[in-house]
Amino acid sequence: MHIPDGFLSASVAAATGVIAVAAIAVAVKETNKRMGEKQVPMMGVLAAFIFAAQMLNFPVAGGTSGHFVGAALAAILLGPWATVLILSSVLVVQSLVFQDGGLLALGANITNMGLIAAFSSYYIYKGIDILFKNSKGGTLAGAGVGAWFSVVLASLACAAELSLSGTSPWVIAIPAMGGVHMLIGVGEGLITVAVLSLIMATRADLLKLQVA
Amino acid sequence: MKSKWWIIGLSVALLLAIISPIASKFPDGLDRFAEDHEFVDKAVEPAFAVVPDYSFPGITNEATATIIAGILGTLILFGFAFGLASLLKSKHEA
Repeated sequence: MHIPDGFLSASVAAATGVIAVAAIAVAVKETNKRMGEKQVPMMGVLAAFIFAAQMLNFPVAGGTSGHFVGAALAAILLGPWATVLILSSVLVVQSLVFQDGGLLALGANITNMGLIAAFSSYYIYKGIDILFKNSKGGTLAGAGVGAWFSVVLASLACAAELSLSGTSPWVIAIPAMGGVHMLIGVGEGLITVAVLSLIMATRADLLKLQVA
Repeated sequence: MKSKWWIIGLSVALLLAIISPIASKFPDGLDRFAEDHEFVDKAVEPAFAVVPDYSFPGITNEATATIIAGILGTLILFGFAFGLASLLKSKHEA
């Protein structure tokens, strides 16, 4: 879902750039408050894992692939603001070193896969987790549903940015992007639930590191 | 063992980088949409290229080039995010 340069108009790139910079500034402030000894390696591991996992495109219907985003997993483990920093790190390195995602489109990519994916998944996860009284099943269900929404909502934001840029009309972009990402989101949900189950079974204490 | 959970986590990430050549070569959701609706040509080439397309330059074997690129990126991100978090922690404790 990495937008290359050329797809966005100058105004959309600038507006999303401002949103991304503001989000990172708040994220630094919020994360700073509760960053402790245990969270430091978790930040490193999540950024490394998300980068590597994003390389592993999996096929979905009709000659199309999708890849893990990781915002939901990070948001559940460390909270949404720390996730903004993790996904921003991944997206900046992908853009600068691997030419995946445009430099001018970085703000939009951070807004979609960092900010929107982190906060949507986090609050959906929280809501479901509370609804099921923090039972194991409720936690995993919340994680899966939250992860699915994170990908779908990020793709809809991406479609909106393309439409506002005049690259693709709304009536085409919204169903096309949303449709395929409803499938890709299933992969996101499955991976998120699998990783969380593994952590629950081996190191359940790592589920209590949320900083911000 | 117990205190070194993050070494296991980093190892899993590196393992994913090593198997990354098995990734689907199909275009992703956005690229596919751009191709189907004929605006894929609007994409402009990056002004510079370091490790373009997750393929380490100068290595002829495609899978090897991808694996090296993957390991490089995984280590860069571990170091970058670990460093950033350390910085935020020290600021907090100061």
